[in-house]
Amino acid sequence: MAYDKFTVLKSTAVPLPIENVDTDQIIPARFLKATKREGFGDNLFRDWRYNGDDTPKADFVLNNSIYSGKILVGGKNFGSGSSREHAAWAIYDYGFRCVVSSFFADIFKNNSMNIGILPVQVSDAFLHKIFSAIEADPNTELEVNLPEQTITILATGESESFDINGYKKHNLVNGFDDIDYLQAMREEIVAFAQKSRY
Amino acid sequence: MSSKPTTLFDKVWDAHVVRDIQDGPDVFLIDRHFIHEVTSPVAFLGLKNRNVSVMFPERTFATADHNTPTINQHLPVQDPLSANQLKALEENTSKHGISHWGLGNPKNGIVHVVGPENGITLPGMTIVCGDSHTSTHGAFGCIAFGIGTSEVEMVLASQCIMQPKPKKMRINVNGEMHKGVTAKDVVLYIISKLTAAGATGYFVEYAGSVFESMSMEGRMTVCNMSIEMGARGGMIAPDETTFNYIKGREKAPTGQAWDDALAYWKTLKTDEGATFDIEYNYDGAEIEPMITYGTNPGMGMGITELIPSAEDIDAGKASFAKSLQYMGFHEKEPMLGKKIDYVFIGSCTNGRIEDFRAFASIVKGRKKADNVTAWVVPGSHVVEAQIREEGIYDILIEAGFELRQPGCSACLAMNDDKIPAGKYAVSTSNRNFEGRQGPGARTLLASPLVAAAAAVTGQVTDPRTLIA
Repeated sequence: MAYDKFTVLKSTAVPLPIENVDTDQIIPARFLKATKREGFGDNLFRDWRYNGDDTPKADFVLNNSIYSGKILVGGKNFGSGSSREHAAWAIYDYGFRCVVSSFFADIFKNNSMNIGILPVQVSDAFLHKIFSAIEADPNTELEVNLPEQTITILATGESESFDINGYKKHNLVNGFDDIDYLQAMREEIVAFAQKSRY
Repeated sequence: MSSKPTTLFDKVWDAHVVRDIQDGPDVFLIDRHFIHEVTSPVAFLGLKNRNVSVMFPERTFATADHNTPTINQHLPVQDPLSANQLKALEENTSKHGISHWGLGNPKNGIVHVVGPENGITLPGMTIVCGDSHTSTHGAFGCIAFGIGTSEVEMVLASQCIMQPKPKKMRINVNGEMHKGVTAKDVVLYIISKLTAAGATGYFVEYAGSVFESMSMEGRMTVCNMSIEMGARGGMIAPDETTFNYIKGREKAPTGQAWDDALAYWKTLKTDEGATFDIEYNYDGAEIEPMITYGTNPGMGMGITELIPSAEDIDAGKASFAKSLQYMGFHEKEPMLGKKIDYVFIGSCTNGRIEDFRAFASIVKGRKKADNVTAWVVPGSHVVEAQIREEGIYDILIEAGFELRQPGCSACLAMNDDKIPAGKYAVSTSNRNFEGRQGPGARTLLASPLVAAAAAVTGQVTDPRTLIA
């Protein structure tokens, strides 16, 4: 799927300092019944965000208007559990373009990059600094620079570099996806597959 | 011949790399692709938008399982959204010439149950599905893992995905297991030691006498839950148990092809001296029946132990407290004797015939507790038929249970099988996340034996006290 190119993102951030945020929390299974990729943002963090009668839960961060932005900052082991790409779709559809954590679950990380969300893995110490900075001032801006592979807390100038493989970085910066690449090597794949054991 | 000692994982992985992208993932060939109604529709939509056809339709298999009802499957599906997904799967598979075992088909069932059951899953294969419990198929010595919908589209379009090669972990469990301890307890024990993120970035090989002596059903239970400690997948070297399970299944090779396959399968093991990035060793005799007390599968304990504190298990305090608060439990209290409301036996983790045999072994001659609602859900129609043929059905009915029709059911509660808010369910499934089995539902993960003991006593009970 085509998505927006990702280069430098400067934005305030929404803090969610909870560990092991699993994809069932990001989007509960009962909201996976669509056959199109639209509207999942409405149910992002549904059961943390709304009561059973659909009234907003005042103490959940997405219902607190002092926090906003295109960057979601989560606790360690973000995106564990189910492989549902709907979790990444919901995050994207809500308006986030980047998720920061000190540790990501594998499948969520792949799913995110495949739809144009940048997962930025930072150290535990830097994650703590980000949470502290947002707590001190919800208007704190972060700058995520993909070409340079850095994330900076603009108010303090503190910065850390992050890893991403060159192939995925190239894709995100240019808005390419894997299927474009795979289609271009179609003959090579067919030849390989036809002589494979299964 | 003297080649470098190699792991089982490397042997299978390296045979499937079409292209190694510098500073990027491998272009990785997929031998078998399973699809279901929930994570495939948007992938087919993507193909349509790109005007691309399915490259090898005969290598993809479809079944409906995630949102199907477990009663009255002969009637039209009531929920219009679920019905729409089932219809989309039928139309998409028909259009692209993909085999489809939809609702009502005698081969229908949970994707990770029907694949092995029909001999689709064979040693040394690479297998993916838009479902994280695809790791189940690793029990046959496959590299099998869950993928997202973008990757489902990739496999349909090109029979490949882009995968960085994971690191390698080996988990050795040796020693004699005690009576009443099952494959589910072994894997819950391992996850409780490694935590829910402890194997992220790794592909696991399970080795040692405990796995060697396990049935294929047990091995599938173990590999199934590899993802619950974050692993990309888990695998077990194929052996005589594997070959005996496969032989004679519908899509298994026969005649000369069987002999050729067998010769290859026997090479699928880790060579002496091959190395892993990390190894763990556990003693099977240390494991007792397990149960979870929290909201991720790493929060498990021996059934006779006390709930730990955050310090005991090195968990983040706030998250640990949030978890216990959700469950309505406290640190340092026992799980034994806690009253429960629901029991669910089924799922791709414990929905195979051996699981129902175990459940029946405790239920036999006893009655379901009055305070318990029980959902007994076979993993497939084949399992359902076995339950009837072996007399397990009669034992269940006699004890006050009813048998449902196959599907994922209350494991993820996409259909009507939802545990009500605040209620406690002892479940043989794989995830105890907040709301996993229904908004506000509280899940205690356990083996079929522990589930049966809870079903007949109405509380958390050590099954060993009920085994003759």
